[in-house]
Amino acid sequence: MITAVRKPMAEILGYAAQFDNILLLGCNECVTVCYAGGRKEVGILASALSLAFLKEGKKLAITEHTLERQCDPEFVEELAQTIEQYDAIFSMACGCGVQTLAGRYKDKPVFPMVNTQFMGASERQGVWAERCAGCGDCVLAYTGGICPVARCSKRIFNGPCGGSTKGKCEIDPGVDCAWQLIWDRLKALGRTDLYSQIMPAKDWRTAKDGGPRRIVREDLLS
Amino acid sequence: MKTQSNLEKVLAAGHFAVTGEVGPPRGSDPEVVRSKASHLVGKVDAVNVTDNQTAMVRMSSWAASLICKQMGLEPNYQMVCRDRNRLAMQSDILGAYALGLNTMLCLSGDHPRFGDHPMAANVHDIDSIQLIAMVKGMCEEGRFQGGAEISSPPKMFVGAAANPFGDPQELRVLRLGKKVAAGADFIQTQCIYDMRRFKEFMHQAVDMGLTEKTSLLAGVTPLKSGGMAKYMASKVPGMTVPDEIVKRIAGAPKDSQAQEGIKLCVEQIQELKEVPGVAGIHLMAIEWEHRAAEILELAGLLPRPTL
Amino acid sequence: MIDFQPVIVAFACSYCAYTAADMAGVQGFAYPEGVKIVQVPCSGKVDSLHILRALQKGADGVMVAGCLEGDCHFRNGNRRAAQRVRYVQALLEDVGIGGQRVLMANMSAGQGAVFAATASHFWETIRALGQNPAKLAASRAAA
Repeated sequence: MITAVRKPMAEILGYAAQFDNILLLGCNECVTVCYAGGRKEVGILASALSLAFLKEGKKLAITEHTLERQCDPEFVEELAQTIEQYDAIFSMACGCGVQTLAGRYKDKPVFPMVNTQFMGASERQGVWAERCAGCGDCVLAYTGGICPVARCSKRIFNGPCGGSTKGKCEIDPGVDCAWQLIWDRLKALGRTDLYSQIMPAKDWRTAKDGGPRRIVREDLLS
Repeated sequence: MKTQSNLEKVLAAGHFAVTGEVGPPRGSDPEVVRSKASHLVGKVDAVNVTDNQTAMVRMSSWAASLICKQMGLEPNYQMVCRDRNRLAMQSDILGAYALGLNTMLCLSGDHPRFGDHPMAANVHDIDSIQLIAMVKGMCEEGRFQGGAEISSPPKMFVGAAANPFGDPQELRVLRLGKKVAAGADFIQTQCIYDMRRFKEFMHQAVDMGLTEKTSLLAGVTPLKSGGMAKYMASKVPGMTVPDEIVKRIAGAPKDSQAQEGIKLCVEQIQELKEVPGVAGIHLMAIEWEHRAAEILELAGLLPRPTL
Repeated sequence: MIDFQPVIVAFACSYCAYTAADMAGVQGFAYPEGVKIVQVPCSGKVDSLHILRALQKGADGVMVAGCLEGDCHFRNGNRRAAQRVRYVQALLEDVGIGGQRVLMANMSAGQGAVFAATASHFWETIRALGQNPAKLAASRAAA
């Protein structure tokens, strides 16, 4: 999923200062699962904002609403009838949702309430970790199912570097050395032969270095 | 001879090679480089010139290398993968060669987190093994990494680093093998204090035939004080320093710890000379360039051959 | 503001604090009238949102009362409640309301005196702090 964390309140309060009437908009997808911008977080932020305004003797009208998916025009369209009544949309979705709103409602200010983080997986309740860098050319078949692009601090394709110590990365003892994990898994799979092959320099065009990416599925076009 | 590199000549002639190291300054004064390098002129076969070591901004490696070259030293121009993409790397290599640099060392580079610009983009377009392969392709096939022909290809003697002490231990020699397969002409190791582990590493490397295909220079760093010994033992990632070494240096009287460090370093060099597969040493006298000659003299490695 | 009588919402776990509040009555340990008890099946049931909504709707303080550490009927509900209280306290600091308006308390079902003392002390603390600044400002604005 795409992970996110709420922006600092000071930044959000800064955005809010200029408005009287906002739509605080959650998303039922990834940001709900990572507790950053689902229905409940919309409620929490609405309460916090409202308390902050009341304390200053001001009033901010906040309409709480959560869309099924903010990154999908079909669901964003739902707002078309009511959008006029708000000064601005405060979106709790990831950057994809914020931009879908901005693209659809061109004259309506949209503000991000979260900092979108990474594509990750849940390690346990309350902990998410980066797992995929979306590089567009998956090498997991050769690396025992552990991604060197997302999980090695130097995204080394022929690792580990000299800083791997007791299974941990030199940058932080809380970070696993991806190449230790890769090696352990290749051993478990009986595929250590994969390690001896030099992985060639990556073609980053499939990643964002080739410019903004797009998928077009002819079979699905309407 | 594939290149004009003095290091290649020394190794090809069968001499036990000696390389040193100069860290460029965090400023633009060429005198700092000249002063450090002056201690090494005539004492080493090549001198490593570091590239933003520990991720701190310093005078560029190629520029400091050129200053060393002008003093009659053979620079070993270091290049890390952290700061440049493959376009910048290749253009720097062409430029470096055009200015007379013939020897280079391909490295990953320390993570920006350790340096003075932890907010910098961490490039790693290619890794150190891919860099070796890229330089070899430029020199031997006359092609850029992208495939286009180079009108006048450079000729570099290409080195790489190896750390016999990092984890997982069983990968250390295998990864050395990948560097050799990528085309590394020579290897310089992380500084060695744990002789037993290093000898095991060399035994495996010799068994795999790696020392037939590359020249391996064993890294040594003199310990200047008990404090430094303790620091190296506990704070440097991927480094092991046996307790008896820490005790020996830290246990010496304060005013003779430096002398004890030099004595130990000389003993280490003499021991390393006898290790099968070791083709030379790489002396990293960190901020102690002026003591390098003394160490090399005591170790019987002076004068250096002129070829 | 001498006549300020704070309103405290006390979320009380039915396995301990809720019974303790009952015991306080039976045993004659008094606590202020402004302490409004909301029975919850476990302090772990109390969400950050419940605490914030209580404050938004005019409570001057919120107390979450769960079992003694290690004694949660549902293993770790009280620990999770404490984590949420810390989260809300930080958020309240960020919006200028102040984290001290929320309290996590732990007690057993038999500790009527502890409930009464904790609730009274918290009530006094809030009384000293003054009215929920959000409510106060709103009433001033209205006046």
